[in-house]
Amino acid sequence: MSSVIQVQGLTKKFGHQFTAVNDLSFSVNKGDVYGFLGQNGAGKSTTIRMLLSLITPTSGSIEIFGMPLQANRAAIMQNVGAVIEKPAMYEYLTAYQNLKIFSALSGVSKTRLQLLHELDVVGLAARAHDLVRTFSQGMKQRLAIAMAMVNDPQLILLDEPTNGLDPQGIADIRNLILQLSRVQGKTVLVSSHLLSEIEQVATRLIIIDKGCKLVEGDSKDLFDKSKTVVAIQTLNNIEATKQLMQTNWASHVLIDRSSDKEICMQLDEKLLPTLHKNLVEMGIGVLSVKPMHSLEDYFLRITSTPSYV
Amino acid sequence: MFSLVQVELYKIFKRPRTYIAFGAVAALIGIIQFGLKLDGKSYLDFMLNDLSSSLEIDGKILNGYLVCYVMLQLLLVHVPLLIALIAADMISGEANMGTLRLLLIKPYSRTTLLLAKFIAAIIYTLMLLVWLAILALFGSMLLFGTDDMFLLKTSYVVLLKESDVFWRYIGAFGFAALAMTTVAALGFFLSVFAENSIGPIVATMSVIVFFTILSTLNIPIFNIIKPYLFTTHMIGWKEFFDIKVNASNEAIIGSIQNPEKIVKASLVLVAHTIGFFVATLLVFRKKDILS
Repeated sequence: MSSVIQVQGLTKKFGHQFTAVNDLSFSVNKGDVYGFLGQNGAGKSTTIRMLLSLITPTSGSIEIFGMPLQANRAAIMQNVGAVIEKPAMYEYLTAYQNLKIFSALSGVSKTRLQLLHELDVVGLAARAHDLVRTFSQGMKQRLAIAMAMVNDPQLILLDEPTNGLDPQGIADIRNLILQLSRVQGKTVLVSSHLLSEIEQVATRLIIIDKGCKLVEGDSKDLFDKSKTVVAIQTLNNIEATKQLMQTNWASHVLIDRSSDKEICMQLDEKLLPTLHKNLVEMGIGVLSVKPMHSLEDYFLRITSTPSYV
Repeated sequence: MFSLVQVELYKIFKRPRTYIAFGAVAALIGIIQFGLKLDGKSYLDFMLNDLSSSLEIDGKILNGYLVCYVMLQLLLVHVPLLIALIAADMISGEANMGTLRLLLIKPYSRTTLLLAKFIAAIIYTLMLLVWLAILALFGSMLLFGTDDMFLLKTSYVVLLKESDVFWRYIGAFGFAALAMTTVAALGFFLSVFAENSIGPIVATMSVIVFFTILSTLNIPIFNIIKPYLFTTHMIGWKEFFDIKVNASNEAIIGSIQNPEKIVKASLVLVAHTIGFFVATLLVFRKKDILS
């Protein structure tokens, strides 16, 4: 499968003190809905801004559509649409006027009817000629998406697109992402702190923390029940780990993720009752056995921030 | 490029703030014209107080040409503020609204975008001056009529024939356009450093006030830098109204007393405009857009 985005060793330092993104490498394939996950301040927005050439990387390389970004910026941007954090637009203009401006800036010549149709697609046809300053946050977000799509881009970057939206707005965005990907065959990179939303739409994902990649892979692998990650807490986790390593369960223990606070194992969810029984038989004082079903659990574990979300 | 300039102009002229400048110019000119129409004689008596005993003046002194000159002296000091309102907002205003990032992900280089914005700012500046010219010159010509132009300078008087005045105004407004373009370039340059409009607008005016004070201070140590300050040359439009005299002390129609001064002032202003734009470009091309 061809890569739409190929990032290698991307680093961004602000001044000498702060490294926002540190040696980040990942690739996004054609047709992917690529989830970009991380806490606030993890480096997601900085990375997306580097992908859009709004921020110059300190080092590393970015290729989009197989072309180096810096040398082919204009050609690449013909095929890219983006919504970056909070929706931005000219509030003293109407929705139609905003869309018309960004259509012209994208080098796309669209008729009045075509523009109105695009506003209709995002549910704003009735408010097309109202000033944007009278819009709710959700309406602005929908207009921002229409503006990002006006040049019919092949790659769409959405940075926190559900910020400030009500549940209906969030569902609308989710459906839109699925439609863009599955019906229109677009490649979408979407970042969000609403992990459950990403879980529902992403085909591949990356989790970053403090600017570094923690994990990247197919969603189906990360959510594969035959590879469920289980967090076990016992009275003495270090001793219990030693005991487990001498049994048939040894191959399931994730040593690098285990600590004195918990033991991490990866196994088929169907084996959980047997594991529990064996632990008791071994005389291990089990306090809890918690399968991490959702991406949110997974995310919280590996970024070690239980208070997050 | 053309479509980018069109978009920039569309945004400028859709914004209510833009019309403050046009409204302010119209209001000020209207008030001055109203005052002079009603009580022009008192103004003239006051102006000619020292000369009334030594000169006999015939004809219509308070005519459209003189009224326009009086207004330009007053207004061209304040027009920079009105220009700064738009020019200093061109980039910082977009950063404040968050739209700068949207513009910069479109398939244009930063240089092209900046050039389009600068051209739009210059067009706005020129339109404001055309508006000023229509109201101050043509409006006054209509209201007060035309005649020879009598100007009272610090140590001498200038008398320009009616037929010798109009082209001087074209030159003066052309020069004013250069001076105001320099102001626009300064505002544009300062705009690149901020993420709200107030800072660059105030900074632009502060720089102009500061340099103007330096330009007018009669302290020898500052004389070295005065010729290089753009503010020293902003009043160069007045040179169009100084006329050469021959050996018999007769005015030479169609002449300017010191054309070299106008050329030099124009070059300093153009150099500043180019300098400010190049500096803007250098900063903007490397700027990380975090707004």
